[in-house]
Amino acid sequence: MKILVTVKEVAAVDDEFEIDGLEIDDRYVTADLNEWDEYAVEEAVQIKEDHDDVEVVTVTVGPSETDETIRQALAKGADRAIRVWDDALDDAGLLDPETKAQVLAAVAAEEEPDLVLTGVQSADDGFGATGVTLADKLDMEWGAVVNDLDFDPEAGVASVHRELEGGVEELTDIETPAVLTIQTGINDPRYASLRGIRQAQSKELTEYALADIGLDASGIESPLEQTSLYEPETEGEATVFEGSAEETATELAELLAEKGVTS
Amino acid sequence: MSVLAIAEHRRGELRPVSLEQLAAGRDLADQLGGELHTAVIGGDVEAFGADLNREGVDAVHTVDIGEEFNHDVYTQVVTQLATELDPTVLLMPNSVNGLDYAPAVANRLDRPLVTDVVDIDAEDGLTATRELYGSKAETTIDVHAEQAAVTIRPAEWPTIETDGDAAIEAFDATLDESAVRSTVKGFEEVGGGDIDITDADVLVSVGRGIEEEENLDIIHDLAEALDATVSGSRPLIDNGWLEKDRQVGQSGKVVTPDVYIAIGISGAVQHVAGMKGSDTIVAINTDPNAPIFDIADYGIQDDLFEVVPALTEQFQ
Repeated sequence: MKILVTVKEVAAVDDEFEIDGLEIDDRYVTADLNEWDEYAVEEAVQIKEDHDDVEVVTVTVGPSETDETIRQALAKGADRAIRVWDDALDDAGLLDPETKAQVLAAVAAEEEPDLVLTGVQSADDGFGATGVTLADKLDMEWGAVVNDLDFDPEAGVASVHRELEGGVEELTDIETPAVLTIQTGINDPRYASLRGIRQAQSKELTEYALADIGLDASGIESPLEQTSLYEPETEGEATVFEGSAEETATELAELLAEKGVTS
Repeated sequence: MSVLAIAEHRRGELRPVSLEQLAAGRDLADQLGGELHTAVIGGDVEAFGADLNREGVDAVHTVDIGEEFNHDVYTQVVTQLATELDPTVLLMPNSVNGLDYAPAVANRLDRPLVTDVVDIDAEDGLTATRELYGSKAETTIDVHAEQAAVTIRPAEWPTIETDGDAAIEAFDATLDESAVRSTVKGFEEVGGGDIDITDADVLVSVGRGIEEEENLDIIHDLAEALDATVSGSRPLIDNGWLEKDRQVGQSGKVVTPDVYIAIGISGAVQHVAGMKGSDTIVAINTDPNAPIFDIADYGIQDDLFEVVPALTEQFQ
């Protein structure tokens, strides 16, 4: 059995930052493994640990700078990794869910996974749509925002909980092969062990250009164009208490007492 | 040049975003010089249809298939509706269920999809506004296509309250049962502890800024000193540091206490959706740019590990 996990490197932005054109200035940005993907990797590795003969393969659309992040997933137990990138993707500008799904679908068509796990969304652009788009391109079934998964490979059914709004979960049975988008909190992602980190260095990381997976660079054209980037205007009218921690705490205590809060 | 908005309902009730879409949709339809259509699929479509008949809506399409949401059914029906009505903009909610069918519909219709939109304009081509990096930055996106699919963020548009005089029409969809490969078995309320945070007058709510589980002691001490209830934002619940039913936010509980003290909570939109109705909001956070200060009434921009113990002391 094979599980394909989509893994993305995302940009975490400092509290204070400057914008340079259509990007956040590099000085204020740290690269990290997308939080939702971390849970997806963990879920795949747990399925591997619970069943015999499971291979966990990660797939990333991104430049070579993302290799270090990909190794994080390998260190946590994925068996091998695939990364797709070339000049056409670099030139495509905003990689919308459709464009990314097109690339991921080409990889999935080669790998023929029994299950595909993706994060619900990425922490930077937050489109939240790549997983379901990918499923539809592969003509696979899917489930979005899964926070509990019970996978029965023999029956070909994934019994999932989908986390709806307002503290309600939907219980759904999904025919596999399927794409599931994984919500944070579904498991407790492990830290990579030193042994895992060492092993990750020698695990296979395959690099593909579009032509390698049967895609034509001319088909990679995003219909979405980012035209501006700015800090949102704050509408805040908060009364901010100034001074030392003792002083501000005293002021706040007086306010709370006025509002009827007492011990 | 029309707009079609797909309504959402759950367990017998239309969700508010269904009516917010009508406000967003009417604006767009005016800019495009066209009609606003809305559609509802499944459940008591007659009652839902009547409820969706609001001012500015030209037509309501009811599709009497199924009771609750099933993404295989919605994907097929919305694709058929959009093919038949051929709207310039297809609006869907950026809800958990919206994100469970909108991408598939956009893919089948070969339309670009822009999700989680907080503003949208059709004056000179379609331009959508989105947030990036957890609301720290905002971006505008031009859509280079004649027709698009868009999901709108809940609670960004007002609901239209006035009744309308729309034509209400039943839409006959053809369902390919063999393509329905998922079965909704039911629903479950999230439980955990025995506290109902929606009942609390005062909530001491804690977020990622607390850093370590051990540090929660100072939060519990404060809550005890204030005779308040402890709640938290998503990361704390994901880490298992607080029970699931103490989560405030879109996927947790919506709370409206007299006083809400947000400690080490940055104020991501999903959290704010659950607590913005509180009477008085106090925020304690080191980052002066944290979005929580946009909705707070009072703020302390300082280290919570110094402020919280000092505050507790004031009440002891």
